[in-house]
Amino acid sequence: MISGYLARNGLEGRIIATIVLILAAGVAVPVSNLVLDPSHPLHVPTYIVALLGKYLTYALLALALDLVWGFCGILSLGHGAFFALGGYAMGMYLMRQIGTRGVYGNPVMPDFMVFLNWKELPWYWHGFDQFWFAMVMVALVPGMLAFVFGWFAFRSRVTGVYLSIITQAMTYALMLAFFRNDMGFGGNNGLTDFKDILGFDVQADTTRAALFAASAVALAIGVIITARITGSHFGKLMIASRDAESRTRFLGYRPEMVKLFAFTVSAVMAGVAGALYVPQVGIINPGEFAPANSIEVVVWTAVGGRGTIIGPIIGALLVNGGKSWFTGVLPEFWLFALGGLFVFVTLFLPKGIVGTLQDHIGRRREKRQAEKAEEAEAASAAEPTPVGAE
Amino acid sequence: MRLAGPLTFAVAIILSLAGVAHSQEKPLREIVNSFAEARNFNQTEEIVAELGATGDPAVVPVLRALSEGDLHVRKSDNQVFIVSGRGKTLTIIDPLTGEMVGEEGKRALSKIRVNNGLRRLIRDTIGGLALGSPDPAARLRAARTLISNPDASSLPAIEAALEKETDPEVAAGMMRARAAAILVSERPDAEKSEAITAVAAISTQDALSLLLGFRGQATGELREQVDRAIARVERVQSYWAMAQNVWYGLSLGSVLLLAAIGLAITFGVMGVINMAHGEMVMIGAYVTFVVQEIIRTSAPWLFDWSLAIALPLAFLTAGAIGYALERGIIRFLYGRPLETLLATWGVSLILQQAVRTIFGPTNREVGSPSWMSGAFEIGQLTITWNRLYIVLFALAVFAVLLFVLNRTSFGLQMRAVTQNRRMAAAMGIRTPRVDAMTFALGSGVAGLAGVALSQIDNVSPNLGQGYIIDSFMVVVFGGVGNLWGTFVGALTLGIANKFLEPYAGAVLGKILVLVFIILFIQKRPRGLFALKGRAVEA
Repeated sequence: MISGYLARNGLEGRIIATIVLILAAGVAVPVSNLVLDPSHPLHVPTYIVALLGKYLTYALLALALDLVWGFCGILSLGHGAFFALGGYAMGMYLMRQIGTRGVYGNPVMPDFMVFLNWKELPWYWHGFDQFWFAMVMVALVPGMLAFVFGWFAFRSRVTGVYLSIITQAMTYALMLAFFRNDMGFGGNNGLTDFKDILGFDVQADTTRAALFAASAVALAIGVIITARITGSHFGKLMIASRDAESRTRFLGYRPEMVKLFAFTVSAVMAGVAGALYVPQVGIINPGEFAPANSIEVVVWTAVGGRGTIIGPIIGALLVNGGKSWFTGVLPEFWLFALGGLFVFVTLFLPKGIVGTLQDHIGRRREKRQAEKAEEAEAASAAEPTPVGAE
Repeated sequence: MRLAGPLTFAVAIILSLAGVAHSQEKPLREIVNSFAEARNFNQTEEIVAELGATGDPAVVPVLRALSEGDLHVRKSDNQVFIVSGRGKTLTIIDPLTGEMVGEEGKRALSKIRVNNGLRRLIRDTIGGLALGSPDPAARLRAARTLISNPDASSLPAIEAALEKETDPEVAAGMMRARAAAILVSERPDAEKSEAITAVAAISTQDALSLLLGFRGQATGELREQVDRAIARVERVQSYWAMAQNVWYGLSLGSVLLLAAIGLAITFGVMGVINMAHGEMVMIGAYVTFVVQEIIRTSAPWLFDWSLAIALPLAFLTAGAIGYALERGIIRFLYGRPLETLLATWGVSLILQQAVRTIFGPTNREVGSPSWMSGAFEIGQLTITWNRLYIVLFALAVFAVLLFVLNRTSFGLQMRAVTQNRRMAAAMGIRTPRVDAMTFALGSGVAGLAGVALSQIDNVSPNLGQGYIIDSFMVVVFGGVGNLWGTFVGALTLGIANKFLEPYAGAVLGKILVLVFIILFIQKRPRGLFALKGRAVEA
């Protein structure tokens, strides 16, 4: 009883520490970029701020995947699609903000539509000049897609590798669709050449710092939501349907509804991550839908440790940091390293870095507690029995 | 000029058909040498007509050389020769016998000039000569040319040739050529009406454009008849278009079958998705490339056999890599299909990058043996040999795999493990060995697919990536544990893709197929040919 209480409290403590750490980074990095002199040793250059901001959105995406894969057992190979859809919603807002500053100077239509000789804005582009509308869409579009897709898939009990493969087919189909010029999303080139967000220049240091802070806040909120969901009764059901779906069903629960909820929430989180990603990198194109991207997200989560909340964040930061370093130093070897990482993690670190550490710490704590219990037993007994302490 | 061509052409043919007697009156060489005296294009034209009138096939090379600007006059003695070669000295060839006479400086020769009108006349004359050629195939070809380029002035020639024709097939071809010519002539309506029926029976694109052209000048009953004929030809054309789509679909389907069948075997037996399967295909293609390179440098005469040599090598190479993959990685991940998926994806990245490092990121050229290039026609269907061979090859691979699975003890063991792994193990089957061999077999078949795909696709490190998602779709659609599921799945998806393409475009067609499969999975989560039984749910 007491140990269970302590463990739960300990977990909460760790989550709170993570949130504090993320928020502290969200304040410290922008401040050091804006306030400190460039020659100061603790000064963070703007390009690093943008890079770290990108990593934070990746971490949020990895956390979203962890919610469905780590806790619900759904290996989605299409989470990049939700990320990209959120990104496109944001990109559409940013395109509408360009206004007359485009190459063709059309006040309403983005350049690529003028270039394609379109006469008026397609219906689905209306409303994206309003920030609030774009933000609603950032959550709604991925959420709706996940809901509809999940509704069909989970209800007909598509599970395991079949589910993974059709999520991959989903993102592949979307990629092909977004590559088409007729879709009205800029085709191959995607959406780019953004000018302002909410009236602030996207290139300015202050805007970048603010976007970084916003990403940190979004990640912190993501951690809170994930911790709340997984810590609740509902979280237990998620784990139950991951570990023994049939048994959960026979106990009278509806695993498909549990999965559907988790999948939809996760898609919304991925969409928000995408929306924060786009203004920081300045472009969104159909390549974001590529199946390879979605699988890469899986490896971030796997490296950090699925089924933990801190794991995917650490995994995303480590792997992407490694990628940036590798592509700078040994560009040809990055794919070898990434491929090797996939094999190594699945073979030797199935629980990821955080999961393995947790196991280790847990085992040590158990051992210590067992020792303590023995000591107490020994103390309470009239004669200590050294043979029993073996 | 424009009228003169066809007229002289017609005269030439009539004369040529009139008999060989004429040619004996004036020896051929004399006529050929008279090119030297021609002062302008009109005079050259007359000589061409005279040559055509001889009806002697020996003049064809002379005319061809004239058309290509290779006919020259030797200034010293006004003799006419065909020349070849480049530079200052040219080889001169006797125009009638084709024998090499010697060499001559460029300055000693003068070229007989031709213009486009002359070239057209020469072409028609050669065509007309072919109509009187002793070879029936050449006569048929000539008749066909006349159908695509009908000309009222050629009508008498066709009719003359038709009277002498004995071969029924050639006669039918000439009848059609005559009908086509009648449509563009000034003949009475009754004959034209017959001609419409005859032209409609040809039902090719040429016939359609002929009828559409005639429609403008037709009136009254003839107009109605033409409209009916056009509708008929269009209907026939749409049938042929459908047949062409089915053929393209079969061709795509057989490619998908080759790529997916190995995947289906490993997935069926072991329940794991091998994401590196596409890279096995790629390795098969690179084995073909290496084999051809070695043959090119050391044994060029073996080139036509290069694919036959590459097949077993590709099977063994890809199979060995598959075996190593199973022994080295996958066997540690049993019971964890999702992890296997990730690990094999990692392997696929490593293999791709390895090939990129060794062979470079650009496309490598793999040649086709002579027996695989070219095409032939069935009706209005054009079928290329390489596509046909790939369809046959896919069917052969399928048949061999069916045999292995259903008639050998290894196949029996594989099927037992697929249906119930633990029971199979209890019966004394060494399941780890079956797994390893299955994986090797599936990868080896992917290697074979690579050899076939090297003939129709770019051989690059990304080759496998292009097929992997489609292969998954085939496996998911067809279901596992039954090769027929893969067969039906691959052909259905191939044909569906090609039928959607004309209406929706290639990309949208593919998207529709993907959406269809995603919906289909809802209805039948385990594919068309699902395994039944208790073991399936486990």
